[in-house]
Amino acid sequence: MNLPKIPLGSGIEWIENWLTTYFGTFFDIIHAIIGGMVNGIEAALLFLPALILIALITALAYWIGKWRMALFAVIGLLLIDNLGLWGPTMQSLALVLTASILAVLIGVPVGILCAQSNGVKNTVTPILDFMQTMPAFVYLLPAVSFFSLGVVPGVIASIIFAIPPTIRLTNLGIRQVSAELVEAADAFGSTPTQKLIKLQLPIAMPTIMAGINQTIMLSLSMVVISSMIGAQGVGALVYRAVSQAKTGAGFEAGIAIVIIAILLDRLTQNALKPKQR
Amino acid sequence: MTIIEVKQLTKIFGSEARQALPLLDQGWSKEKIAQEVKLTVGVNKAEFSIEEGEIFVIMGLSGSGKSTLVRLLNRLIEPTAGQVLFKGKDVVKMNAEQLRQFRRKNIGMVFQKFALFPHRSVLSNAEYGLEIQGVEKKKRKELAMKALELVGLGGWENHRPDQLSGGMQQRVGLARGLANDPDILLMDEAFSALDPLIRKDMQQELLELQARVKKTIVFITHDLDEALRIGDRIALMKDGVIVQIGTPEEILIQPANKYVERFVEDVDLSKVLTAAHVMIPPEMIRPERGPRVALQLMRDNGVSSLYVADKEMKLHGLITADDAAQALKQDQTILDVMRRDIPRVHPDALLNDLFEMMSETHLPVAVVDESNRLRGIVIKGAVLSALAGNAVLEGGMLR
Repeated sequence: MNLPKIPLGSGIEWIENWLTTYFGTFFDIIHAIIGGMVNGIEAALLFLPALILIALITALAYWIGKWRMALFAVIGLLLIDNLGLWGPTMQSLALVLTASILAVLIGVPVGILCAQSNGVKNTVTPILDFMQTMPAFVYLLPAVSFFSLGVVPGVIASIIFAIPPTIRLTNLGIRQVSAELVEAADAFGSTPTQKLIKLQLPIAMPTIMAGINQTIMLSLSMVVISSMIGAQGVGALVYRAVSQAKTGAGFEAGIAIVIIAILLDRLTQNALKPKQR
Repeated sequence: MTIIEVKQLTKIFGSEARQALPLLDQGWSKEKIAQEVKLTVGVNKAEFSIEEGEIFVIMGLSGSGKSTLVRLLNRLIEPTAGQVLFKGKDVVKMNAEQLRQFRRKNIGMVFQKFALFPHRSVLSNAEYGLEIQGVEKKKRKELAMKALELVGLGGWENHRPDQLSGGMQQRVGLARGLANDPDILLMDEAFSALDPLIRKDMQQELLELQARVKKTIVFITHDLDEALRIGDRIALMKDGVIVQIGTPEEILIQPANKYVERFVEDVDLSKVLTAAHVMIPPEMIRPERGPRVALQLMRDNGVSSLYVADKEMKLHGLITADDAAQALKQDQTILDVMRRDIPRVHPDALLNDLFEMMSETHLPVAVVDESNRLRGIVIKGAVLSALAGNAVLEGGMLR
């Protein structure tokens, strides 16, 4: 017996067309906001001469992680500058920062909602599974048709790919606050908001930070993929080197990504620790 | 004045909990309901009232429903049926905002595992209740500091809870409960997680604290010794039912049923009974009387000594027959010859503490109150027979 194929693919395309037709203005607004953010951050990063920015980041690294991290920052960033990759690296960093900021701004509240309601959690969890396992290339395509080529669909794709850890770990962190403490907060007459701000979020903070750290790492891993739809930056250099089989150039651009990744990772991991001591 | 009145208060756990209510009315037991309709009875039609300023102890073994019962009072657990009247107002009928205000202003709580907020300092833990009420910073710091001083933690306000010992952590819990000056303080097994020695200190301190701040305290415990030591009245729970409510003496001496009897049979009476329970009326003489009268009184009453006390019953000393005879010969007064350094105890002194004193002296021990008024005397025989059984107690020696 030959069952007809379910028209899943054409259905998705129909929805895509429908959204583009009727929500065009909405997507234009999103486009303007995200594009503005990326350009703003990029301009800010490139406003100062590279050497001065390197000095500032090194100082920040010293403040958060003492001399070892400062040493790594100064050597790594000078290497990037020396390789002539400073501009593209800052472009990619702007994309990563934009995606991460938006992912945190959306992810933390969603995580809080998940922690407060099993219904929300049970709805959101399969969506997160879907977002994390669906190959990123697949949602690049609708992103392009909604936002056209360039950095904006890259940011959108990065957010979709990178937001799950923030949501999951915010939910987990809040749910891990012991029932006794929650009961104590209730017994003294806390409102739900007071309970959240004065008890649950502070105690969940290390877990939430671990989620944010993961989100930043994941969105960094998206820079090469984003370059396939026109996002500029060091990711595009890697992509070009791969397509032209230039091992040396690919390696140089790759190293720049690794340095930024390690810096972002260590900075965000250690950012909370001094306050806990 | 009655501050809390609980009527037919019932908690059944499980969905469709209300369907078990008629079964309880028919007298089904907790066990039968668990088996037949798969619902757990937490509290079964509890009924009691708490007077302002008393320490009301709810005692029972684990699973007896005592922790559930205390949480029904401030609705940390929602009752299935029944009423909790706070000064006549039904807590069960309050809406979310009224309940919040009730919890903020009227009822504080201290927890078994302290439940201190680990990210806050000792001071800001104590401030919590005031902070969420919106009390301004200076005022709440002042009140929280006062509460910390009250529990003996002055100087520790900037430490973190995890830097303190268990006993001190629970003092923070106590300060947090007291800082917003509630009418009632719920204490859920508050001392159960502490070492026995520290526990005793805390019980003693709670009694002293209570004498100063005069709070109504509802104290949950599984420890009979603790209940007897601090409770003005005790409610004994089993399987969600309150089986007996009474003063410690009533529970010990007139157990309502076999269960209570078994519960209390191992109690060390020497840690429960006080000097006031076993004292007998003393033979006395006024100081202004002469030695001749003293000798006559001793002869008439068949005793060899008399307590010297004035009109207001203030105790001055003790005169023996030999002393009186000597005074007669040398023309002295009673005040000249009486012994002044006689053993004395407070009426609340436990028999346990009396033993040592009695082994060191052949004289009876005088029971005197705070203003040195003679209330009675304790003789060895009475102490021993009180400990041997209830004969003496039932003979009318109880207050």
